[in-house]
Amino acid sequence: MHNKNTEITVGMFVAAGIVALFILAMKVSNLADLNDEEGYRVVAEFENIGGLKVRSPVTLAGVRVGRVEAIDLNSQTYNADVTLNLYGSYNQIPTDTAASIYTAGLLGEQYIGLEAGAEDEFLQDGDVIDLTQPALVLEQVIGQFLFSKAEGDE
Amino acid sequence: MIDTIRSLGRWGLDSFERLGRGHIFLLHTLQGVPELFLRFSLVIQQLFSVGVLSVLLILISGLFVGMVLGLQGYNTLVDFGAEESLGVLVSLSLVRELGPVVSALLFAGRAGSALTAEIGLMKSTEQLSGMEMMAVDPMRRVIAPRFLAGLISMPLLAALFSAMGIFGGFLVGHSLLGIDDGAFWSQMQVKTDWYDDVLNGVIKSIVFGFVCTWIALFEGYDATPTSEGVGRATTRTVVHSAFAILGLDFVLTALMFGEG
Repeated sequence: MHNKNTEITVGMFVAAGIVALFILAMKVSNLADLNDEEGYRVVAEFENIGGLKVRSPVTLAGVRVGRVEAIDLNSQTYNADVTLNLYGSYNQIPTDTAASIYTAGLLGEQYIGLEAGAEDEFLQDGDVIDLTQPALVLEQVIGQFLFSKAEGDE
Repeated sequence: MIDTIRSLGRWGLDSFERLGRGHIFLLHTLQGVPELFLRFSLVIQQLFSVGVLSVLLILISGLFVGMVLGLQGYNTLVDFGAEESLGVLVSLSLVRELGPVVSALLFAGRAGSALTAEIGLMKSTEQLSGMEMMAVDPMRRVIAPRFLAGLISMPLLAALFSAMGIFGGFLVGHSLLGIDDGAFWSQMQVKTDWYDDVLNGVIKSIVFGFVCTWIALFEGYDATPTSEGVGRATTRTVVHSAFAILGLDFVLTALMFGEG
């Protein structure tokens, strides 16, 4: 009988451990929204990506419509080629959509914001977004500000 | 002078000898593991004494560690007006570091020392030799089941510790300090990555379980068969496990979270 009790408690222990792992997966980590639906890929070329990272969110009107899938250096133009993976359900994004790199909050992470254009054609797999605006680099902004200030004093 | 050099050399040789014996011991243990799956009831017995009996300690410690993290984190974050990030702070520090490390230290103290004492006592009362006389291999019958049980228990205990700690942090953050529970959970979910954070923590706890159980079993098996020797071996288990856990933690952290 003692043996049976041992088995039951061991079973409960293992089950509790697995439940804890499951809680860590679903409630604590982002596994629940990791299983991104199959999407299509669009490339955007930026002059400067700042602190953008792979897996950063891509939003349209604040709604997440995809993720950054890859960041490469374009060896011809010396710009950054950012591959966006847009979710398949958002397949009606006009071709003249503009992409900019924004920062969430003052010190937050960087993400890509899309602004929908007015074309009737929609972005397809492999398309390129031409209208892009690079990330705002704080040092450059401060530098420009100081420069214009000094000019104004003359 | 000569005596000093001689004792130094002896100490060095002894250390290498123990290191070698430890690894041969590990090899023999691992050889005994595959056939355990045919006689799993042996492992279940050990899972009970190694794992189940540690659960209460792990749960209570996890709860308090999480609550302390919640309080301390809140005091720091509130200066920056970022107290909503408390969930991230609690979950990342638990899942990445404190969960595996603290539960492994507790595991070494609770289960590791018990294993050493048990096997050391078996050796000093010549139960192990008795088994050999009966053509029962103690490596397979005694050591291997305990090893496998430790290896299985450790990640489960670490997961329980982390989950309980996060719950403790939530209790303090939400009920005591009044942080919005939606912000607490959602920020945590955004910033905690399943592969980079949670799975790496699990890998850490598996490594710690491996090393802790190995040290505990070897110290017991290698103990001088006297009551004093068993006592010393038990102490060594806890001390060496703590060193191994903290040292390995640094190495693993550097490997896992080193870049960016």
